Amino acid sequence: METTHTHVVSVSQEAHDETHHGHHHHHETFLTKYVFSQDHKTIAKQFLITGMFWALVGGLFSVIFRLQLGYPDAKFPWLEDLLGEWAKGGQLQAEAYYALVTMHGTVLVFFVLTAGLSGTFSNFLIPLQIGARDMASPFLNMLSYWFFFIASIVMLSSLFVQTGPFSGGWTAYPPLSALGQASPGSKVGMDLWLVSMALFVVSSLLGGLNYIATVLNMRTKGMSMTRMPLTIWAFFFTAVLGVLSFPVLFSGFILLIFDRHFGTSFYLSDIYINGQALPNEGGSAILYQHLFWFLGHPEVYIILLPAMGMVSEILSVNSRKPIFGYMAMVGSLFAIAILAFLVWAHHMFVTGLNPFLGAFFVLLTLLIAVPSAIKVFNWLTTIWRGNLKFTPAMLFALGFVSLFISGGLTGIFLGNSALDIHLHDTYFVIAHFHIVMGVASMFGMFAGIYHWYPKMYGRYLNNTLGYVHFWVTMIGAYLIFWPMHYEGLAGMPRRYYKFDIWESFKHFGSLNQFISIISIIVFLVQILFLINFFYSIWKGRKVTSQNPWGANTLEWTTPINPGHGNWEGDLPEVHRWAYDYGKDGKEFISQTTPVAADESRH
Amino acid sequence: MEQVMTQKNQKMHPHKFTLWVAMGSITMMFAGFTSAYIVKSNMAGWVPVQMPSIFYLSTFLILASSGTIYLAKKKFQERAMAQYRVLVTVTAALGILFTITQYLGFAELWGQKVTFSESVAGSFFYIISGVHALHVLGGVIALLVIFLRAFSSKTRYYSTTPIEVASIYWHFVDVLWLYLFVFFILVS
Ligand code: HEM
Ligand SMILES: [Cu+2]
Repeated sequence: METTHTHVVSVSQEAHDETHHGHHHHHETFLTKYVFSQDHKTIAKQFLITGMFWALVGGLFSVIFRLQLGYPDAKFPWLEDLLGEWAKGGQLQAEAYYALVTMHGTVLVFFVLTAGLSGTFSNFLIPLQIGARDMASPFLNMLSYWFFFIASIVMLSSLFVQTGPFSGGWTAYPPLSALGQASPGSKVGMDLWLVSMALFVVSSLLGGLNYIATVLNMRTKGMSMTRMPLTIWAFFFTAVLGVLSFPVLFSGFILLIFDRHFGTSFYLSDIYINGQALPNEGGSAILYQHLFWFLGHPEVYIILLPAMGMVSEILSVNSRKPIFGYMAMVGSLFAIAILAFLVWAHHMFVTGLNPFLGAFFVLLTLLIAVPSAIKVFNWLTTIWRGNLKFTPAMLFALGFVSLFISGGLTGIFLGNSALDIHLHDTYFVIAHFHIVMGVASMFGMFAGIYHWYPKMYGRYLNNTLGYVHFWVTMIGAYLIFWPMHYEGLAGMPRRYYKFDIWESFKHFGSLNQFISIISIIVFLVQILFLINFFYSIWKGRKVTSQNPWGANTLEWTTPINPGHGNWEGDLPEVHRWAYDYGKDGKEFISQTTPVAADESRH
Repeated sequence: MEQVMTQKNQKMHPHKFTLWVAMGSITMMFAGFTSAYIVKSNMAGWVPVQMPSIFYLSTFLILASSGTIYLAKKKFQERAMAQYRVLVTVTAALGILFTITQYLGFAELWGQKVTFSESVAGSFFYIISGVHALHVLGGVIALLVIFLRAFSSKTRYYSTTPIEVASIYWHFVDVLWLYLFVFFILVS
């Protein structure tokens, strides 16, 4: 923004940019250094820590509603102490259950796996890995975080209003979301939800604009697009997806706000509620679903792509082998990004969608399996006969690949519109998307944290705790979500408070208890991770070498604790791609090393 | 203030580039609106609305303002500051007049019982044009900022980037309006 020009007088922009190479160290106060910072590295940490707060809240919610699902008739007096009215007599109330499920979904999808994931790592890694001193606009970048922060405050406040937070599911379908009289959560809770989400969209857009502008304009000398690490490609496509799909969601929200408060009928028609007929005519609830899923499906890839990028990088570094099929990896990211815009209606097969139209969406949906399979193949060939270093980051990256395969396979079942009639809105869908998106992207995020923590804080995380964290989470995730496939195949519907009216689901009782117990254990291990994280910031083992993993990318050419501006002298110059591992008998060759005369080509 | 500067060899100024991406984003929002409109207009019970005639005047005003901002940019580049200031003022005034005529059009329609509760097509019409008008007002505010800066004596400002960025945006909201205008006439 213009603030960068305040004391600069120059005739042309070009000259201006020439003369202000490098950076000045002005006096920094606590406020400008840690709070209203414009340093992308600090902003990244702000996103990360806010995201971790939300992960804790959202995770706790899931533990509470899992208690209900595992032990529908038990009474937990402490629950009443914690939640008050929501758990009268120690039993979670139905409305509270719906509210918790809704908040769990909203918070995890948007605040943790979007803001917490791409907010953190796009911010942290884009300038560091392309050799830039900061984002194209550090000021917009700071605004992006603060919009997210305010969105968080608003969402948090909705938990404390008397009628409770929104309770109609993270997808917020009307009429539940449009009519205050539909449920307690649809009253002021929903208004706060909408305000918070609108702020969140603004935050994502500001962030995304910056990421795109930075990747395309701010690369250092020699860093051609095809020399960029795959992380950067992934962040780039993520940002493109966000910038093109969030505005559509926003338009859907605007129409929803008008339906709620100004008497329009975009989504409402022929409704009879609490014994009273509403005047609304001519609206269509399906219209909202189109607008929502036009964002919603790209959104799942907004969550997944950053994890894919980081996993590619981490697998290559820790296998000491070049990534297999770099261009195929870029191409498949591109294909996924395009297809992500063309498949949204697979979430709507049972809405009365024209079956002829449905057939096209089936085809396009199944097409996504092709680039996905290419990526899986290339990850496997990258680690094939590699010299694997099983750091916690590497384990989480391997875990990601495993989860992505398992969850991707169930997607193929769901993508068939005929099978989906049976599977839609059952626990099969829950299992599918938690494995392929929820847990897998979490794994990508953990991999990223373990791998780049030394760069973030100049210290290491504790390895032993890291291994415990990985194995319990990995085994736990499969134990929690695998059985849900069976429940879903048997027809058990999602989002139900109780199943006691169905004789046929009674035999899942002990399975549900099992799932609930495992989720509590997995949740506790995440707290262990948080302790490790915060303890290590101050007490972790210090990083003593500039390049602890022996990696080629540019972030490891900065000082151990880089200041604002990242490099002390000139910006590094790039001479090769990021994946020269084990080439010509050399362990690794940094991107800044010029190509030698006798070097073999790659 | 901490300064972190961009590096050399760039083709396009980052602010300008960011604006292009932002315009793509805004376009998607209107794509969302107008495709919702198309979907709805194919459903039963759709009663189209008649475009208020004053909208032809607003179309003329916004087209004219595109011309004036083009000239303003040219004058700035020629350092003809007095003319530049006049032209920027006229552009902003045309933007405000555009918004006013839009409002008058709304009022006229509303008077013909095209209200939120009576007409889905009307509701779309108000919201889509209204959101566009907000974007025009955003442009007006940007122009005012540039304008005030041109008068401020503290920092003399010679970079052409702000006015270039503002004029690209201005042409964009203009084209966006033309699209919406034609769209409303064709799809009804
Ligand atoms: C081969 C790849 C995939 C296919 C064919 C596929 C197909 C589907 C289909 C058809 C549904 C709708 C099921 C229903 O509601 O009845 C679905 C749900 C879902 N998928 Fe996938 N999927 C694939 C991969 C992914 C990936 C990679 C992600 C995330 C990164 C993902 C995230 C989701 C989510 C979040 C939902 C459920 C949303 C909700 O209803 O709350 N899927 N998938
Ligand atoms: Cu989808």
